[in-house]
Amino acid sequence: MHYINKLRQYGILIVFSIICLIISFISPQFLTVSNWTIIITQVSINAILAFGVTFVIITGGIDLSLGSIVAVAGVSAAMLAHPDSYPLLVPVFAGLFAGLLIGAFNGFIITKSKIAPFIVTLGTMTIGRGLALILSNGRPVSNLSDSFVFIGSGKILGIPVLIIILIIMFILCSVILNKTILGRYVYAVGGNEQAARASGINVSQVKIAVYSISGLLAGLAGILLTSRITTGQPNAGAGFELDAIAAVVIGGTSTTGGKGSMTGTLIGVLLIGVINNSLDLLNVTSYYQQVVMGIIIIGAVVLDSLNHKSNS
Amino acid sequence: MHAATEQILRVNRLSKSFFGIKALDNIHFDLKKGEVHALMGENGAGKSTFMKILIGLLKADSGSISFNSEQIENLDVHSIMQKCISMIHQEILMVPELTVAQNIFLGREIGRAYLLDDQAINQKAEDLLQSMGLNIKVRTKAKHLSIAEMQLIEIAKAVSHNARVIIMDEPSSALSEKEVEILFKIIRDLKNKGVSIIYISHKMEEIYKIADRITVLRDGKFIATKNTADLDKNSLISLMVGREIEELFSANSLAQPEVVLKVQNLHKKGKFSDINFEVHAGEVLGIAGLMGAGRTEIARAIFGLDRINSGNIILKGKKLTIRSPEDAIREGIGYVSEDRKTLGFIPELSVKQNISLSSILKYSKAWFIDNKKEQTATSKIAQELKIKASGLNQKVMNLSGGNQQKVVIARVLLASPFLIILDEPTRGIDIGAKHEIYKLIRQLTKGGLAVIMISSELPEILGMSNRILVLSKGKQKTILTQKEASQEKIMQYALH
Repeated sequence: MHYINKLRQYGILIVFSIICLIISFISPQFLTVSNWTIIITQVSINAILAFGVTFVIITGGIDLSLGSIVAVAGVSAAMLAHPDSYPLLVPVFAGLFAGLLIGAFNGFIITKSKIAPFIVTLGTMTIGRGLALILSNGRPVSNLSDSFVFIGSGKILGIPVLIIILIIMFILCSVILNKTILGRYVYAVGGNEQAARASGINVSQVKIAVYSISGLLAGLAGILLTSRITTGQPNAGAGFELDAIAAVVIGGTSTTGGKGSMTGTLIGVLLIGVINNSLDLLNVTSYYQQVVMGIIIIGAVVLDSLNHKSNS
Repeated sequence: MHAATEQILRVNRLSKSFFGIKALDNIHFDLKKGEVHALMGENGAGKSTFMKILIGLLKADSGSISFNSEQIENLDVHSIMQKCISMIHQEILMVPELTVAQNIFLGREIGRAYLLDDQAINQKAEDLLQSMGLNIKVRTKAKHLSIAEMQLIEIAKAVSHNARVIIMDEPSSALSEKEVEILFKIIRDLKNKGVSIIYISHKMEEIYKIADRITVLRDGKFIATKNTADLDKNSLISLMVGREIEELFSANSLAQPEVVLKVQNLHKKGKFSDINFEVHAGEVLGIAGLMGAGRTEIARAIFGLDRINSGNIILKGKKLTIRSPEDAIREGIGYVSEDRKTLGFIPELSVKQNISLSSILKYSKAWFIDNKKEQTATSKIAQELKIKASGLNQKVMNLSGGNQQKVVIARVLLASPFLIILDEPTRGIDIGAKHEIYKLIRQLTKGGLAVIMISSELPEILGMSNRILVLSKGKQKTILTQKEASQEKIMQYALH
C-alpha cells in the first residue's frame, strides 16, 4: 500500500521521464545541453510565477492577477531603468515593490472582506492592467540600460542569469514551504482553515503572506520579462497566470488546498517547456501545441482525482 | 418486547479481506422481523465494513447471505437487498437549498412529463412526517434545519422508501434527550410495522433502552449475540474489549485552592447570559444541559472563537481580552472541540505536524522548524497518550476516531495550558479509548491542570466532575457538587 502511494507521488516525475525518453529517441537534438538551456530559459519566467502561486493554491486560494502584476512591475521598472538615470537596484526594487504591494492588497481584501479569492484577484487583474497602461501612457517603455538588460539576457560563467535566478528562487521557495513555520501554516490553512484557526494560527496573516509572496515573485517575473524583451510593455503578461496555474496543477498541487509541493510545480513547469520544445523540434504548429497542453492539464487533474478516490 | 421469530436476514461465515488483512472473519448475524438489533464493538471491530457489505458498497469474499429466506447468489446484494435496506449515515446528506419535502423525494420526484407537482410532493411529505409524529414544516429549506431535525428527516426518508431494514449508525449523536425520545418512539412504531432496525451506537444507555438483541464484534470476529435482557453492562463491555475494565471512572483528585479561571457575568446576545463560575487547579468542572442550552457557545467564547458582548474572563488573576484562539492559547487556554473534523485536526498533515501545530514556535528558531526538537516532543506525548499510528508521519485522516481525538488532545496539551475545555471529549469513540481519555483527565488534574468538561452523557459528567454546572436556555441554573448531583437532579435543572 505504502509502495503504491509512493509510486503515485512520483507519478508526474515518471510521466515526465517517459516523455523525455521518447522525445530523445525521435529527435537527437533534444538531449543536448544547448537545447536544455533553451528550454529552461524559456520556462524561467513561468516557473517563478508558478512558484509564487503554489503557496496561494496550497492555502486553497487562487491568484488571477499575476499577468497584470507582471505588466505593472515591468513598466515601473522600465521607467526607472533608462541609461544613466538610477543605479540598477532602483528599478529592480521598484518592480519588486509594485508586485509586493498588489499581492498584499489582494491578501488584505480577501481576508477582510471574505470575498472569494477568484473574484478579488479577477478585480486586481483588471486594476493592474489599467495601472500599467496609465503609468506608461499606453506606450511601450524602451531605451533601457545595459545593466538592466543583462538580467534577462546575460550569462555568468556561461550560465544564463535567468537560469541562476530560477534555481535560487526554487531553493528559496522550497525552503520556505518545507522548513519554516510559514510553510507549515500554509499547509494547515489549506488543509482545514477552521481547525487551523482553532489551533491558534492567525489565518489572515498567513493568507496575506502567501498573496504577498505571489505578488512579489510576479514582480520579479515582470522585471525579468522586461529585461529580456528590452521594453516595458503595458500589455505584457496577459494570460501568464493561467500558464502558471496550469504548471502548478500538472505538478500535483490540489486546487482544493492542503496538498502540493514546489518540486511538483518545477516538474510541471518543465513538462510544459519540454512539450512545447519537442513540438517545435518536430515542426508541429503552435496551434496544436495549445490543444496538447490542454489535454495534459485535464489529464493531470484526472490522475489526481483518481488518486483521491483510491485513497479513500 | 414482542418476540418476532420470522427471520428477514441471515448471514453465515461472512469474510472480507483488504490487502491480505482480514477485516471480517467468519461473521454470523441474523435479524428478525420487527426487532431492534444493536451492533456493538470498538472502532475497527468491523461494524462499518459489515454494514457496507449489507448495503452493497462492498462485496464479501466468502460466506452466505440470505434475505427473506432467499439465498443471495454470489453475495451480490444489489439485486434484492439494496431496495429493501436503508442506511441512516452519521454524516447527513441533504441539499441545503432544497426544502424538506424536496429532499425527502429527491430522485423520486412526483410530477408529469418533466413538470414537478410541488403540491403533491408537499402533501405526501406532510402526511409522512405527521404519521411519524414529527413537527417539522415541509416547506422549510434544509439549510435552516438543526442537525437533529435533519437526522429525523433522513429517517423519514428511509421510511418513505418502504425500507424493510433500516441501519442507523450513531443516530443520536447530535440529538438532545427529548429528540432521542422522539427517535425511540419512531423506532417503536417502525417495529410494530414489522421493520427491522440495526442500531449502531456507543451509548450504553440507549442500547439498553431500545435494543432487543445485541451482537458484539471484536477485531473483525463474531463474539456473541445475546438478548439484551440476559446481558448486563459490565459483561457487554468485557465482550467488546476482550478484557475486564476496572471501574470506568476512578476517584477524582481534589481541587486545589488556586483559582485558575474565573468567569464573571458572561453575556452573549441570544446565546447565554449571567454566567459566573470558577475553576480550580486540579478540578474538573462539568457543564451539563440540553442541546442548545449554550454549553458549546460558552466554551467557544472563552476560547475566542466567538466574541462575547460583556463580562470578564480572568485567568490566574489576570483579566483577559481574548479576540481569537491565538490569544487564548497564548494565555494558556486549550479547547478540544466537539466537532473534531471541522475544528480539531488537519487531515492531510501528519500526526507529528498536527500535534505540534499549536506550539510550533517552541520548536523552531527564527522561523525555521527544528525537526529534532519537534520529533522528540511529539513522539513523547504521542507515547504518553498511547496514540496508535503506523508512525508519527502517518496522516491523521487515516487514524480511527479515538486516535484522532487523542491527536487533538495532544496538540492542545503540548501548548502547556493551565486550563483545558473538553467539549464532548468521548463522542463517537469506542469504549477502550474512552476509558483511556478518562484516565488521562485524572492524570492531568493530578498535575494541577484545570478542566472544564462539557458532555451530554450524564454518567460521564457524574463520574468525572468535581462540580457540575447545569445550564438551561442560556442561563446558569445551579452548580452541584459531585455528592449532591444525580441524573435526576441534573435533568430537573436542565429542563427548568
